[in-house]
Amino acid sequence: METDQLIRTLAADNTHQARPVGVVLALALLAAAPVSLAIFFAGLGVRPDVMTAMHNPFFDLKFAVTLALAISAITLSLHLSRPEASLRGWAWLLLIPAGLLVGGIATEMMLPQRLPMMTRMVGSNSRVCLTAIPLISLPLLAAALLGLRHGAPSRPAVTGAIAGLLSAGLAATLYASHCTDDSPLFVAAWYTLAAALVTAIGALAGSRVLRF
Amino acid sequence: MREREDEWTGLMRSAISGDDAAYHRLLKAVTPVLRAAARRGLARAGQPVDQSEDIVQDILLAVHLKRHTWDANAPFAPWLFAIARNKLIDALRRRGRRVFVNIDDFAEVIPSEPAAETAPASEIAAQLQTLPARQREVLQSIAVEAASIKDTAAKFAMSEGAVRVALHRGLASLTAKLREQ
Repeated sequence: METDQLIRTLAADNTHQARPVGVVLALALLAAAPVSLAIFFAGLGVRPDVMTAMHNPFFDLKFAVTLALAISAITLSLHLSRPEASLRGWAWLLLIPAGLLVGGIATEMMLPQRLPMMTRMVGSNSRVCLTAIPLISLPLLAAALLGLRHGAPSRPAVTGAIAGLLSAGLAATLYASHCTDDSPLFVAAWYTLAAALVTAIGALAGSRVLRF
Repeated sequence: MREREDEWTGLMRSAISGDDAAYHRLLKAVTPVLRAAARRGLARAGQPVDQSEDIVQDILLAVHLKRHTWDANAPFAPWLFAIARNKLIDALRRRGRRVFVNIDDFAEVIPSEPAAETAPASEIAAQLQTLPARQREVLQSIAVEAASIKDTAAKFAMSEGAVRVALHRGLASLTAKLREQ
């Protein structure tokens, strides 16, 4: 086919206007959410003392951190779905959840504690945390990658990694309502490790499926 | 150069709001620039430069199918060159060369660069044969015979909507096949 013929054909298809990447990403995540919720409620469920736990600011901080991660990563991933985009000027978004966490740790350090630091950090749920967050995040990661495929990222691996952070943030939000370890030290150690795992999976998958 | 790029941005805005003729003009206008950049990339990779046409078509398909990722408030050229650069790198990689493509390669192209010998593109034509019959017929009718959507619909006793669907699906799966090869 000659290039002029191709151009004519493309022009004839101009009436087909695709949906924005944000809409497709949102729809994909909404479709995957029930799967992740089912895994969460079948395997873990909300902790029984959630009503009292809500009055503990360190319990609430977990949600602030995980939601900040999810929202920053969603924003970043949509930015990166444009071919001319770079991380420059945008990567600081990921400092928001990190900053909240550091602030939480500093605050906890200043308050009198019943348990020693190491005990709070090691906690009692680390293994569940490391299994549950990646497991819950997998359907969301698949959905995020599917949604972002609709875009045109110039850096598929980086975009995939951000999709990993996005899904880990959402999964950790669910998991946080189950976990009884509320110390920001526990979150910094184990949630971070779990999120890093999902991020690595996202980068690996992204480098394959996000090429356009 | 600046003027040229502003004109592209204007044409693309019109195209997005449904002006097919503006879209046609835009694609026509960017093609020589893409061709020159593809030739330069091939030359730098030590490849025969007359192979540029497949790359140009690959870029045009990507531009078409990803144009919803262009922000209508941003200039069009950086977006276009980013798409072109990705496709050029992919193409050179497929030919077994690892090269760095500079974004300035696109911006610096002078429109009056002489039209050199170019081999006809063959990849799309080859992949066209693997499409379902209906999609292939519709694509050929519009591309080769220059038939309108309406005429194509009449010829194959289809509705215009069905022609549009077949056309878009055909272009999308052509692109997918080109990527997988």
